[in-house]
Amino acid sequence: MRVIVLGLGNLLLRDEGVGVRVVEALAAHYVLPAEVAVVDGGTVGMDLLDTLAGCDHLLICDAVQTGAPPASVVKLADAEVPALFHTRFSPHQLGLAEVLATLILMEEAPAAITLIGVVPADLELGAELSPAVAAVVGQAVDLLVAELGRLGFSVNSRRSCFPRSH
Amino acid sequence: MTRITIDPITRIEGHLRIDCEVENGKVANAWSSGQMWRGIETILQGRDPRDAWLFTQRICGVCTTVHAIVSVRAVENALSLEVPLNAQYIRNMIITAHGIHDHIVHFYQLAALDWVDIVSALSASPEGAAKLGATLSDYRRNSLPEIRQIQEKLKAFVGTGQLGVFASGYWGHPAMKLPPEVNLLAATHYLQALEYQRIANRIVAILGSKTPHIQNLAVGGVANPINPDSQSTLTLERLFAIKAEIDKLGEFVNQAMIPDVAAVGALYADWTTHGAGITDYLSVPDLPLDTKGAQFELPGGYIPKGDVAQFKPITSYQDAYFRDGVKESVKHAWYQYQGGDQARHPYDGQTNPHHTAFQDDGKYSWVKAPTFYDQRVQVGPLANVLAMVAAGHQPTQRHLNRLLDIASTVAGTTIPVAALHSTIGRIAARAVRCAVLLESLQNQWRLLVDNIAKGDFATFNRPVFPKGEIRGFGYHEAPRGVLSHWTVIENGKIKNYQAVVPSTWNAGPRDDADVMGPYEASLIDNPVADAELPLEVLRTIHSFDPCLACAIHLVDSRQRPIVQVRAFG
Repeated sequence: MRVIVLGLGNLLLRDEGVGVRVVEALAAHYVLPAEVAVVDGGTVGMDLLDTLAGCDHLLICDAVQTGAPPASVVKLADAEVPALFHTRFSPHQLGLAEVLATLILMEEAPAAITLIGVVPADLELGAELSPAVAAVVGQAVDLLVAELGRLGFSVNSRRSCFPRSH
Repeated sequence: MTRITIDPITRIEGHLRIDCEVENGKVANAWSSGQMWRGIETILQGRDPRDAWLFTQRICGVCTTVHAIVSVRAVENALSLEVPLNAQYIRNMIITAHGIHDHIVHFYQLAALDWVDIVSALSASPEGAAKLGATLSDYRRNSLPEIRQIQEKLKAFVGTGQLGVFASGYWGHPAMKLPPEVNLLAATHYLQALEYQRIANRIVAILGSKTPHIQNLAVGGVANPINPDSQSTLTLERLFAIKAEIDKLGEFVNQAMIPDVAAVGALYADWTTHGAGITDYLSVPDLPLDTKGAQFELPGGYIPKGDVAQFKPITSYQDAYFRDGVKESVKHAWYQYQGGDQARHPYDGQTNPHHTAFQDDGKYSWVKAPTFYDQRVQVGPLANVLAMVAAGHQPTQRHLNRLLDIASTVAGTTIPVAALHSTIGRIAARAVRCAVLLESLQNQWRLLVDNIAKGDFATFNRPVFPKGEIRGFGYHEAPRGVLSHWTVIENGKIKNYQAVVPSTWNAGPRDDADVMGPYEASLIDNPVADAELPLEVLRTIHSFDPCLACAIHLVDSRQRPIVQVRAFG
């Protein structure tokens, strides 16, 4: 099984980039099995086609507007995810929606999609997350780890595996 | 009079709104408006110039690579830092592979659906399409079984009601004029193009260490260690894998894309008379062949009034003619310049937002209006192809002649080079440039392999920042045209940074002299058959390849939205 953990967002618009920051934190703090690839998708669209083609499970992390208070962390699965794309709560989902539609046409779409969303507090120009959203990055990482566990992968934190490797 | 507004739906930097006034079936007036503040300049102030490219590659979701490369060039220019040959060749291969990817995606995935009716392709005769394909080229994948299989796939896909990528098409619009067999052949190549653009992307990924955001750049070179004996570096094995991918791309670009564009262009020959707009063209040379940037594989320069005889080349990374000619006007843009609103050179550029209502005669855009020696200029593949022809660049001349020959045969009449000054001409020039880039990619691959064979493994020169103030600019002939970054560095930190991007040149609003920008000028007199479905407006704007997603709202005289049509650019 091939799993892609895809972080989306614009790093120049503060919390807009939270999806990328979360997957960076995942890669920095955990040793992931070879079947799991972490991809910083930024705001790109069709450039992701080759990366996403043929993956079994797509795990997306992105900034989402669900009506929940800022800095809420939410999980959506399968049927709920395309619905989110249609209403385009997040700007770059236009690009991703195109890629997913194209993958359906190519018969290489992911069999399952899960989205871990973080509700942004600040979308102004800037390279850093707002303090409120920065504080929940760990929570979003935990949800990604739990999701990978549910898919049958054992994911070790770098700290805990360090002594074992020596 | 109907007013059409194309409004943004994304916040990705640089997106667009187009307003048109339509009178008697033609566009009478037009406004092009960027709907978001470009604030990269503010984010970069005070940062380490060696890190700037990591931020600039986030400006846009389509043009990541190009903003990264031009940023390191600007800092290298400020330092007068030479770049090792291997690094130039590797960057050049990334540039060309990215450009090929971008041009294929533009024609097939973005522009083609403005001209090709997918629904009509479903009822076409596969035999007819295969026969037609054979008259255009000897492309291996124009076979009857492959065309038939793709038609079945499309029928099944459309039959499920999941129009997906095709949902925004103008199927059955009166301006759609291709015979069903042409639609089917183009639709076949649409699906094949999805495979080939992935191949181009894979080349970028191998060289850039990662995709979609390349990781291998550095001010002073690239971070790809070269060691023919080590598996963890850029080995000959990897280079030969790249060569195999390049050859696959060549077959598609030369045998499918060039004939497709020629045939579609010939069958829409009336569109060679619409959309010329600004015919002063600017492009820059690219693919440096030495460490300093004084020799280039691809020429560039300025062409006034569409007259290639008056071509003036831009010749080096130090070129004062280019450097001193660029200014940006904010008379009609939502900025204020302290010390007077007259157009400013990018080194002295300011980014002070000053938002007002959308004022037809005043400020109406977040995009500044760049000028070259106070003239509006059009940038992009058309500008570049005309410059390369003017400079006597043989591969460009050869691919252009081939495309015009095929188009003339299909049209049954000679189509002259002058037809390029048009909406369809911009699309044709992009296909020509794609074929030229492919040849350049092959050439740069050969140069890199030969240089490594000589025992030169250098890829990086360490930058050293002096005390005090230095200035530099970098340019790049990106898929959408001239891209330049301008930086002022003080004591090793960024003091000012301005990006003058291709879409600024083309999409900018009116300037200090109230002269329209290229998008605006190109729309004047465009036909609009059905004001509720302004396909023709999209055709002309899409021909520039704006790297944006847009929505079209049609509004009546009371500015009430009538219909919304999603569109991609």
